[in-house]
Order: sequence, then C-alpha cells, then structure tokens
Amino acid sequence: MKTRNITVLLITAVLGIVFAVSLAGQADIGGRISKDRELPVIAVADMHGTGAAEQYMDVFNKTLWDELAYSGQIRLAPKTSYPLQLPQQASDFKPPVMFSDWTRPPVSANYLAFGYTGVQDDQIVLFGNFYNVGQPTVQSAQVLANRYYGMLNNDGARKVAREFAADILRQLGIATLSGTRIYFVSDRSGSKEIWAMDYDGSNQKQLTRYGAITGQPAVSADGKLFAFMTYAGGNPQIRVHTTDTSRRQTFVNPVSSTVATPEFTPDGKNVLFAATIDGWTQLMMAGIDGSGMRRISNVRAIEVSPRVNPKTGNDLLFISGRSGHQQLWRMNLDGTDREMLTSGVGDVANPSWSPDGHHIAFCWTRGYEPGNFNIFVMDIADKVPVQLTTNSGRNENPWWAPDGVHLVFSSMRGRVTQLYSMLADGTNVRQLTTQGNNLQPVWAKGIE
Amino acid sequence: MRMNMRTLSAAVFAATLFIAAAGCKKKVAAAPPPPPAPKVEAPPPPPPKPQPPRIDTFVAEPASIERGQSSTLRWAVANATNMTIDQGVGAVQANGTRQVNPGNSTTYTLTASGAGGTDTRSVTVTVNAPPPPPPPKPQPPKVTISSAEVLSREAQDVYFDYDMSDLRADAVRAATANAELLKRIFAQDSGFTVLIEGNCDERGSAEYNLGLGDRRATSLKDFYVMQGLPAERIKTISYGKEKPVCTDANEACYQKNRHDHMAPGQ
Repeated sequence: MKTRNITVLLITAVLGIVFAVSLAGQADIGGRISKDRELPVIAVADMHGTGAAEQYMDVFNKTLWDELAYSGQIRLAPKTSYPLQLPQQASDFKPPVMFSDWTRPPVSANYLAFGYTGVQDDQIVLFGNFYNVGQPTVQSAQVLANRYYGMLNNDGARKVAREFAADILRQLGIATLSGTRIYFVSDRSGSKEIWAMDYDGSNQKQLTRYGAITGQPAVSADGKLFAFMTYAGGNPQIRVHTTDTSRRQTFVNPVSSTVATPEFTPDGKNVLFAATIDGWTQLMMAGIDGSGMRRISNVRAIEVSPRVNPKTGNDLLFISGRSGHQQLWRMNLDGTDREMLTSGVGDVANPSWSPDGHHIAFCWTRGYEPGNFNIFVMDIADKVPVQLTTNSGRNENPWWAPDGVHLVFSSMRGRVTQLYSMLADGTNVRQLTTQGNNLQPVWAKGIE
Repeated sequence: MRMNMRTLSAAVFAATLFIAAAGCKKKVAAAPPPPPAPKVEAPPPPPPKPQPPRIDTFVAEPASIERGQSSTLRWAVANATNMTIDQGVGAVQANGTRQVNPGNSTTYTLTASGAGGTDTRSVTVTVNAPPPPPPPKPQPPKVTISSAEVLSREAQDVYFDYDMSDLRADAVRAATANAELLKRIFAQDSGFTVLIEGNCDERGSAEYNLGLGDRRATSLKDFYVMQGLPAERIKTISYGKEKPVCTDANEACYQKNRHDHMAPGQ
C-alpha cells in the first residue's frame, strides 16, 4: 500500500504539467495537482581531464548531463548560474563558504556532482563525487565518491558518464533505464523484421531475418523470450525466439487464417494472442509452446492486442470492436467483468500497462480524423484519459518503460515513422531511431 | 623393287648368250677358235620372292554424309589374289568402287591377301545424324494457368466502407459476378482453389486491421458459399494494412485499399 501511494504521487507529479496546461478547467483533475511539487535540484559541474583524458571531456560532460536530464525526475540547475571556480575534489571546499555558493540562489541546488578524470593504465578513470550540499561538512555531504574506468576514447567517456549518472539516480531512489532494451519493428533491411536496441537508441541490432512481414513483438517478463507475428509461413502466425541468440522455440499455432498480437503472462507460463475462430478474430490463451489453447473471448466482434496486468496477472486490457469501432476494454483472464475504458468515440489501439499496473497508455483518435492517433495515459482507478501528444500526424504504439515514468512510442512525421521516448507527461521527447520506418516498440528489462 | 627387275633381266640375257655360244661351237669348226671367252658364270638367280599384296588406294568419297545419303568406296590393290571389304560388302576386284549407305558412322576395312601376305586399310564413313528435335516444352499446367488468368482478368475487387466488413450493394453485385465466374472455373478445373485477400486502409491500427481484413475476406467467402460454391476451395488471408495498392492520404486512395482481392490459391 505504501509503495502504491508513493508511485501514484510520483506519476501524478510527472503528469502535472499536462494537467495544468490542457486540463486546467477540470476541477477533479486540478485538485490532484501537487502545488509544492519538489524535484531534487542537482548542479553538475563541468569536469576536466588530466593529459590525454581532456580531449574526451566534452563528450563526457554532455553525456552526464543528458543521462541525468533523461531521468525526468530531477531538476538540473543551469550551468550559467554556477560559481566561476568549480570544485574538482573534496579539498577544494574551504570554510567558511563551504557549500553556500551552491545552495544559495541563483544555483539553489540540493546536490552537486563534481570530479575530474585522468589516465591510468591507458584507461580513462573518473573520480566522481556526488554531494548533498545541504549538509554542513564534507564528510556528511558525501553521498558518492567512486572511481569509474573505461577505454580511453569517446565510447569510454560515455560509459563512465552513464555509470556515474546511474549511480547518482540510484542514490536518489530513481529507477535507472540503464541496461533496459527496446524491441521494435524496422523495415530498414527491406522487409519488416524485429530489431532491438538499448534504451537510448544505441546498439541497434536485427533479431529476425524472415524476409516476410514480421511484427508485433512481445517480450517475456524475464527478458529471455520474444514472441511476434510473421507472414513467413503464408498466413500470419506467431513465433517465439530467444532474445540472446534469436533461436526459434517450439510454438504450435492453431489452425486459423490469422494468429497475431502475442503477449506473455507475467509468470512466463502462458501466451495470449488473437486468432480467428469461426470467422471472428478472438482472444486465446495457451501454454508457452501453444499447447492447451482455450478461448477467453467469445463475441461476434474483432478482439486483438491482449495485455495482461503485470502486477496482478489476473486481468487484461484488449482492443475490441464490440461497441462498433475499436475501443479499449478490460476484463479478467477468465473472460468475466468486461468493461469498456474509453468513451466509444474514435478508434483506440495499442494498450500498455505501467509496471505497477496502476496506469495504462494507449493511442486514440478522439478529437481527430480517423487515423490521426495520439498518445493517452489513464489512471486505471479513475479512468480519466490524459492526452500527451497533439501532433496532427500519427502517434501510436505507446509502451511504458521499466522505470514507470518513461514511454516509448512511434510517430509518423511526414511519411516516415520513427521511435521516440518521452516522460509520461509528454515532455522530454527524444528521437531514438533514424533509419527506415520503425514502429511497435516494447520496452523490456535487460536479460537477467 | 626396281633394282630386282633390272638384276633379273641381266641374268636372263647372260644365260641366253651362253646357250647360243655353245650351239655355234659345233657348226663353225674350220675357223681357228677364238680365244676362249673368259668364262663367265652367271650367278644363279635368286629364288623369285612372291610380292606382298599392296593396297594403293582405299578411300570413301565423301567421307562424311548426312544420314540417308550414300558414299562411294574406291580402292586399288596390287599383288593380291583375294580382296574383301567387311560390313557386308564382300569380295571385290583389285580395282573398283562400291556405293554404300550406312545408317550410322561405319568403318570399312579392305583386306587384300595373296601369296605375299596381307594388307589392310580402313576408311570411315561418318554419318551425321540430323540435330535432334528441340525437347518438348514442359507441358504447362494448362488448366491452372488459364484459370488463374481468367480469374485475374475477370474477377472484380470487392470494396468496403471504413471499419465495415458487410457487403454494400455494389459489393454484392461484384460478388455475384465473381461467384458465377468461380462456378465456371471450378467446373472446368477441379484442382483450382481461390484465395481471398482482405485489405484495409491505413487509418485503423495495424493489429485491429488484421482482424478487419480477416472479416472482409470471410464475409465474401460466406457469400460465395451461400451462392453454392464449395467452402473447401475458398481460402482466406488478411493483409490488414500491410499491402496497400495506393499510398496517398485521401479517401479515393483509402477506398481502393478497403477491398477484397481474389488470387489463385496454392
């Protein structure tokens, strides 16, 4: 219960800007905005390197700043407000001033990151310090004083900056995305195939080579398997591969003209998917190898995109055409307690759960022409949709990051579709892909 | 050989002189005898060696013929008593010609034999077979191709409204014509199956459109079955919005993409 409250508070805070800007007129929402929202303010002193390390410090300083900013859960004090004399090590702090240059306006920081780099055994070594400048002494202020090693080049400089940033965020209790992977679909090889990349868009790799339309990836909770749909065998069918070597696993498809939109249950024991039975695409559940399939929806409507609540494992979101156009629904895994979560106008697609199971993201054409989807989030408790994007193009495929505060989504700007990440309040938008068209992202934990 | 002839003539001449001289001696007694001629003993002639048979000529003219044409063998043999040519030609004279009509390339051997031995010579008449006829073209699966052609020429695409899968009035007309066409094709071509490809415009989501394309294909199949066509010969596939025939962002283009297309099944 405690964890839940903290998370709700956090999400509410993150969503605050959007509430304030776009929904200020709605009293029930406005009342939930925390007026005294306080994110920790961090000052990050530009660092220098001795000898050969200095040439990589522009890359280092930029990476450290970006990584911290990307978390979205701290505020970075602008560098132009800093004192002229920047500290490099503990002994640079002298009484009586001590930390007051940093705590007073214009910096007004709660924390300070500082340090320097040098060369040791042909490696770059970072002496990274992170101080709580609200404390009276160097001893009590010191939160982190670590060494980080990397290759003596730009990649090594990026590596030590990322590791230092991840440690800082951990110290502040902020989930880091370091090590998480985004699985997605790209047509850059000539046909749609499954690809994966690091959370920041680096290290992009092709995982499937079917040479046929392939898409709709899903990743198991332990990060070891991914499932997807492919036309490689003629009609669309589901296949399951390992994430490490992309080796195909056994999965027996039902006899059906369409088998698609796979999803793993949180315990990794079952797969949910959509398959056409008796003329209608309906929701199914089967073992991880496709055995023991049973039908979990039975209506004369198209139903696709099952997404199981990662926290309870007992209920699922899905898209159904039961009311007319495609809308967002929820029901229990046994098919009971069906409820429509959207109002029935427009088209809804691509539901995704936040890791704590309290919030959902989806795309919706509400307020726009058919096809012009935008990203929405919703607190599953009050079911009030909050619109995050307002592009006139298509914004689709939202997926919650493992940190619970970021989303990755696809956006068609011009005739090209690319992947972007953003905070769950619609800010901090960052482009992750540039080659070909990229869509249907799934943000997964790293392989454990 | 030439030397042998000359030696032989000289010996015969010497022998003749000796006999003549002996005969004259008795008749001419009065005259003082001439000094005796130096005694010349003629060397005994070597025993006459039998000459070995000799084939001077054995040719085929022409040496190369087309099948059905003939060639002439021509030969000339010396010092032989028996001349035969194999391959059914048989005994021949020492000099001669013979027309032959071999069906395939044949080697003729002339054997000349006599007291002096045997001589053989061979000649080959090459028979060029005419170039073989071109291999028969693999028989195209005539019926399937023509059925597929008929289908692609005559079948009409069936169009739908946005997010709908029931057949509009124009769709029913097209589907009715298609059903008649399929009846004809199925009757003529017992192995033929048809694949209905359901498609959607780009506006719905990719996931839902897979289901919608499936519905559109199924609803046309259901119509065909109601018209009496066999369900087992009608397959369906949904391409959702993955295979647009038109990529402009306007209703004319969207309408083109909201359709069922018919293709030959596998």
